[in-house]
Amino acid sequence: MSQDNRLILLEDISKDFDRHTVLSDINLYIKKNEFLTLLGPSGCGKTTMLRIIGGFEFPTTGRVLFDGKDITDEPPYKRRVNTVFQKYALFPHLNVFENIAFGLKIAKLPKAEITSRVGKMLELVNLLGYEKRSVDSLSGGQQQRIAIARALVNEPEVLLLDEPLAALDYKLRKGMQLELKRMQQVLGITFIFVTHDQEEALTMSDTIVVMKDGFMRQIGTPKHIYDEPKDAFVANFIGESNIIRGIMPKDEVVHFCGLNFECVDSGFEKDEPVNVLIRPEDIVITDAEDVPLKGVVRSVIFKGVHYEMVIDAGNYLWKVHSTVMVPENSKVGLSVVPFNIHVMKLTDDELTGDEQ
Amino acid sequence: MSAMSMPAWGIWLMALGLGIFIVMIILSLKKHRGVHRSLFAWPYSLWMIVFTVVPLFLIAYYAFTDKAGSFTLDNFKNFWDSNYEMKKQLIDMGFDVSGMELSDRGTVNVDTLVYSLWMAFKCTVICLAIGYPAALFMSDRNFKLGPTLIVLFIIPMWMNFLLRTIAWMTLLEDNGIINTLLESLGFGKLKLMYNSNAVLLGMVYNYLPFMVFPVYNSISKQDIKLSEAAMDLGADEIKTFTRVTFPLSIPGIVSGITMVFMPSVTTFFIPRVLGGGNTEMFGDLIERTFLTADNWNVGSALSLIMMVLILFSISLLRRVDPQGEGGSLL
Repeated sequence: MSQDNRLILLEDISKDFDRHTVLSDINLYIKKNEFLTLLGPSGCGKTTMLRIIGGFEFPTTGRVLFDGKDITDEPPYKRRVNTVFQKYALFPHLNVFENIAFGLKIAKLPKAEITSRVGKMLELVNLLGYEKRSVDSLSGGQQQRIAIARALVNEPEVLLLDEPLAALDYKLRKGMQLELKRMQQVLGITFIFVTHDQEEALTMSDTIVVMKDGFMRQIGTPKHIYDEPKDAFVANFIGESNIIRGIMPKDEVVHFCGLNFECVDSGFEKDEPVNVLIRPEDIVITDAEDVPLKGVVRSVIFKGVHYEMVIDAGNYLWKVHSTVMVPENSKVGLSVVPFNIHVMKLTDDELTGDEQ
Repeated sequence: MSAMSMPAWGIWLMALGLGIFIVMIILSLKKHRGVHRSLFAWPYSLWMIVFTVVPLFLIAYYAFTDKAGSFTLDNFKNFWDSNYEMKKQLIDMGFDVSGMELSDRGTVNVDTLVYSLWMAFKCTVICLAIGYPAALFMSDRNFKLGPTLIVLFIIPMWMNFLLRTIAWMTLLEDNGIINTLLESLGFGKLKLMYNSNAVLLGMVYNYLPFMVFPVYNSISKQDIKLSEAAMDLGADEIKTFTRVTFPLSIPGIVSGITMVFMPSVTTFFIPRVLGGGNTEMFGDLIERTFLTADNWNVGSALSLIMMVLILFSISLLRRVDPQGEGGSLL
């Protein structure tokens, strides 16, 4: 990665609210034209991080660099960044046109240019002809698109989005996800997106930052994070997972459920305790005689694309996704190819504290 | 003091209102087959009919009749020309009044009204000028003392406004606290009381909370995200105020103006205490006409004129705020 590509740099950021730490030890760079998602449960500090980039909060320690320039103490109106707020924050006393034109009027652009740029934006968000409407008369999805247009019309270098899809229904949200991704690619703008919805993050992002309790737990591409989660929290948060305690007797062998399994991980100490992650879709159901790990099907739920089964094997209830239906209470064998067994080091909490 | 007797039909009017009221209750009981939630509105409706609607009719009746009870517009003529009554009596006695020089110009009532409106206008402007910045300041989320200050604004209102006004006397009078202080510091005494500025001070003091609260409400209930959005779109603190915070607080301003202007115009007692009778306002004039001059007809006419003027000014205000958060007070 060349240094020049780095548009935003967060250096040693931490943030305290009344002696309560919400962010610590944040070091992150964001590249030009990247779609970066801050993902985590509520209260993990993702919105605070976005607000620090937007200039609405100031970090307790650390610096924010934009294009190499320190903007840590700059107010929002001096930053080349625009925000789409969670509940849109459209101005209720202004109509659609005036809302979108707000930033351009502040910048004192000529009237003709304002009109043409607002028109282009309305076209982009598919709301031509809505200029004179009051924002209260619009549906949630329309308001959302106006909020995006209001931010994008200023041609920011970075667009910050604070859970913009949270208030929309499932269908609309799906549509907007693709729509946002398209806009980002067409306009070539950096998007920083905050969400607690892992599916949303996987669908849209180039890079995902998984956060918990104010720390960044893992950063990587959606595929990397899904396939190689760093710890049990990330694995659980992204996608469904079976996580079971095991030990590593030697390289490329992991022991769990009283059995040794071949795997592809190495570099652990002898008999080091570990977490073993196996995704539900990676478990293959076979005849009970064929494999050492045997169990009984406890429940079967039809999910459309696949059946979701719970299989009791080796003192663990395995979540299994399979396109083949196996009736409840039948005896089955479970097998996993070594590549799909993912061994994770225990975190400090898990090593010292009680097992979760 | 011999009070004017109420016309007999006044009693009948009240009885009629009461009758209609009872019929409505019976109809409602029948319609809803028993007790309905609207039952709870009945005590207040009764109160309104007996003590507001009927008296309004009575005021209109008195305003358009003379003491004998027959129709006349003399009461209004008497408003324009306060000598009207006297001239009429003189004419009745056979005098020619056309060339007569009267010591009184005859515009006392109109002058008083204009003076009242002018005072109310000044009071409203001053309340807005003091109250708006105060409300803006107190509604600032980062200002932790804001809610405490609001309580401090409320506390004086726990005391009766007559007492509050009289309290000002001890501050302002010739041997009052301020003058004692000035004298001990070597300055001369100041004439602080018995002028229209003292009256204005008393009015602003009494009505200021009615400006502060609605404005405070309209600002503090604004979503903080709206000003953040404005800043995000390039507006500095001043532009954020002029383009977002202020326009969104207009309903509060309209409400505040209404709540200050209405009682200001009808102010009485304050001019008498702090103005010492030199600065009669319309409220005092109405009171004096009713109670001292014992002329219910002219008093009613004056009241009617006052009400029409207030209605007119409120409807003007409503145009500024068509959504009607302030105007809905009417």
